[in-house]
Amino acid sequence: MGLNVMNKVMSNKWIIALYVLPALILIAILIFIPLLLTGYYGLMDWDGIGAMEFIGLENYITALQDLKFWESAWHSFLLAIFSTLSLILYLAISLILASKIKGADLLRKIYLIPMLLSSVAIAQLWIKVYNPSNGMLNHILMAIGIENPPAWLAEPSIVLYAIFIPILWQYAGFYILIYYAALKNIPESIIEAARIDGASPIQIAYRIKLPLIMGVVKVTVVLAIVGSLKYFDLIYVMTGGGPNGASEVMASYMYKLAFTSNDFGYGSAIGFLLLIITLIVTVIVRKVTATKEEIQY
Amino acid sequence: MKNKKAITFVVAILSAVFLLAGCGSDDDASGSSGDNKTVKFMHLWPEGSSKTHNEIVDEIIADFEAEHEGVEVELEVLSNEQYKDKIQVLSTSDELPDVGMTWAAGYLEPYVDGNKFAPLDDLIESDLKDEFVSGTAEAYAIDGSTYGLPLELNIATVFYNKAIFEEYGLEAPGTYEELQQVIETLNDNGVPPIALGNKDRWTGSLWYMYLADRIGGSDVLTNAINRSGSFEDPALVEAADKVQELVSADAFVKGFNGLADEEAKSMFMNEQAAMYLIATWDLPNYTTNEDVPQEFRDSVGYFNFPTVGGQGDMNSFVGGPGVGLFVAEDSEVKEEAKAFASFFVQQWGEKSVTQAGVIPATKLDAESLDLPQMYVDVLDDLNSASNLTLFADVQMSPDTAQVHLDMIQAIFGNEVTPEEFAKEHEDALSAEE
Repeated sequence: MGLNVMNKVMSNKWIIALYVLPALILIAILIFIPLLLTGYYGLMDWDGIGAMEFIGLENYITALQDLKFWESAWHSFLLAIFSTLSLILYLAISLILASKIKGADLLRKIYLIPMLLSSVAIAQLWIKVYNPSNGMLNHILMAIGIENPPAWLAEPSIVLYAIFIPILWQYAGFYILIYYAALKNIPESIIEAARIDGASPIQIAYRIKLPLIMGVVKVTVVLAIVGSLKYFDLIYVMTGGGPNGASEVMASYMYKLAFTSNDFGYGSAIGFLLLIITLIVTVIVRKVTATKEEIQY
Repeated sequence: MKNKKAITFVVAILSAVFLLAGCGSDDDASGSSGDNKTVKFMHLWPEGSSKTHNEIVDEIIADFEAEHEGVEVELEVLSNEQYKDKIQVLSTSDELPDVGMTWAAGYLEPYVDGNKFAPLDDLIESDLKDEFVSGTAEAYAIDGSTYGLPLELNIATVFYNKAIFEEYGLEAPGTYEELQQVIETLNDNGVPPIALGNKDRWTGSLWYMYLADRIGGSDVLTNAINRSGSFEDPALVEAADKVQELVSADAFVKGFNGLADEEAKSMFMNEQAAMYLIATWDLPNYTTNEDVPQEFRDSVGYFNFPTVGGQGDMNSFVGGPGVGLFVAEDSEVKEEAKAFASFFVQQWGEKSVTQAGVIPATKLDAESLDLPQMYVDVLDDLNSASNLTLFADVQMSPDTAQVHLDMIQAIFGNEVTPEEFAKEHEDALSAEE
């Protein structure tokens, strides 16, 4: 009887619309409308405080010719590449953790800790680690005989990579958790069958486990790339994009233009370009990783 | 018996309703309902980093609320950089506090252009007539109207650790050449000479501004910014060259371009660096702040920025009014907000001197107050000051200020040549004309 009512309700399109509406309105107000507004502000000459003046596509044209923007875009892409490569490491860790080794449970919890910390706390922690004269890292380096260890956050050629490390560290637990859950989902019987057929653990990992969780891996690749392209937090707190733009990424550059240089129109244009770039990359990644069939257990 | 219960019940319900109603009207922007008015006030002296300032503000608010019945002051406190970010976001969404803090000149302009701040000329001509040190309130004037009430007056000087200097037989340098000697000696003995947190960038700007002032005279930088001169003036290029000379002599602590000012300050205060160029807002740390060990406070002295190549006037200072109070143009309780701002300024003067050791922008009778010696010395310096150059990033528009600040990091990091440094400035400034 209950099912009958359910079917009846669900066959009425108006009722479906009614149920979907609250969430739709929320998403529209919180996401889609601001997105469109950002694109619209990008058409304006606006300091964020006074009156707006319509200037057409000028901001967008300037942005496309803005070397600093492309430099920050390059940094974002580098982060995306490193994040994606780091997934291999996380996958390896998860494979080990999921293969019933001793202490796996404890290790899994340890890997999760950075995820529980707020970005600002992580940033403060790593600022201290990287401190050129009092930091833990340089103390260790000097203790093992390196005389003049670099000032990690001050050297333009190093700073970007120095910040990548805490960013990757921050998300390690998240991906390990996802992979771990996916691996635990593989039916034991399949593994058992492979083992009886004489497959080595490495063969099982490569030929059985990996293909079976490929769908999850693809999702994490998209997550890692998109997350990297719009990344902001640690960079803002640790260096503010400096020195002289050496660690600037797209989002921090957008923020700087809109809120520090008081160039809200231009900042909005950069923000909208960031959205477009992220969309394009997402589509490409999905195309590249698309498979014809989904694996069913 | 039953009746009594019923009455209690009704009273309870009613008071709950009133309570709710009360809460409701409080949330209402700046509640002006009924006779209880709320003035929202935002400042940038958190208890942790600016204890005495914070206490004085609380005192003033308590006094104000006692004197003005029915007016309540609602506080929000953020630290400096966070404050700057938040005030910008709030103004974009038209939610500025009724009274808040602003900086002078270039910083103020977009807010005034956007009609966000109320003109305060009436206050300056009545309540606050002749209260301000000349030149301070003027820094908040745009097109003949004043939009801010200055609270502080700061000049930058080089603070140094006398104990470290004594240990290596050094004396406060009076010339750039002597400064180089001091730097060399300190480096030979493994003491980082100068604490500098150039992640914040305005800190390095102080060094550059002083070098420019000593080499090219007190007007050269101001003229370049107001376009009666050029940034490619040889003196401004030479000043950039001197910056790099200091950097290559290892004058500054390691990794200064990645350190925040707070980190540099803590190096100086932990005696890990011998010198620190900062403005007098830091005086309490070296005089009255009980949280800083007495021994350290006693060991700190200061000297005016040295002459360079025999040129320059040591009585010319970089500085100016620090923060001032604004009143929001859209405030629903403008009268009360103005009254609070005016009350605040009048109370701030003496309290800030005696309790926090800060130099207020209001005139005061130093003789009648019991002040620490360093404070008296700074006041003397201020009295004999030949010139006061406003901080460069405050003089410039926010857009150009960013170019300046980025270039400061670049010149300190040896990423650009002095000529490129000057040209970038010149391009940005002339693009604005």
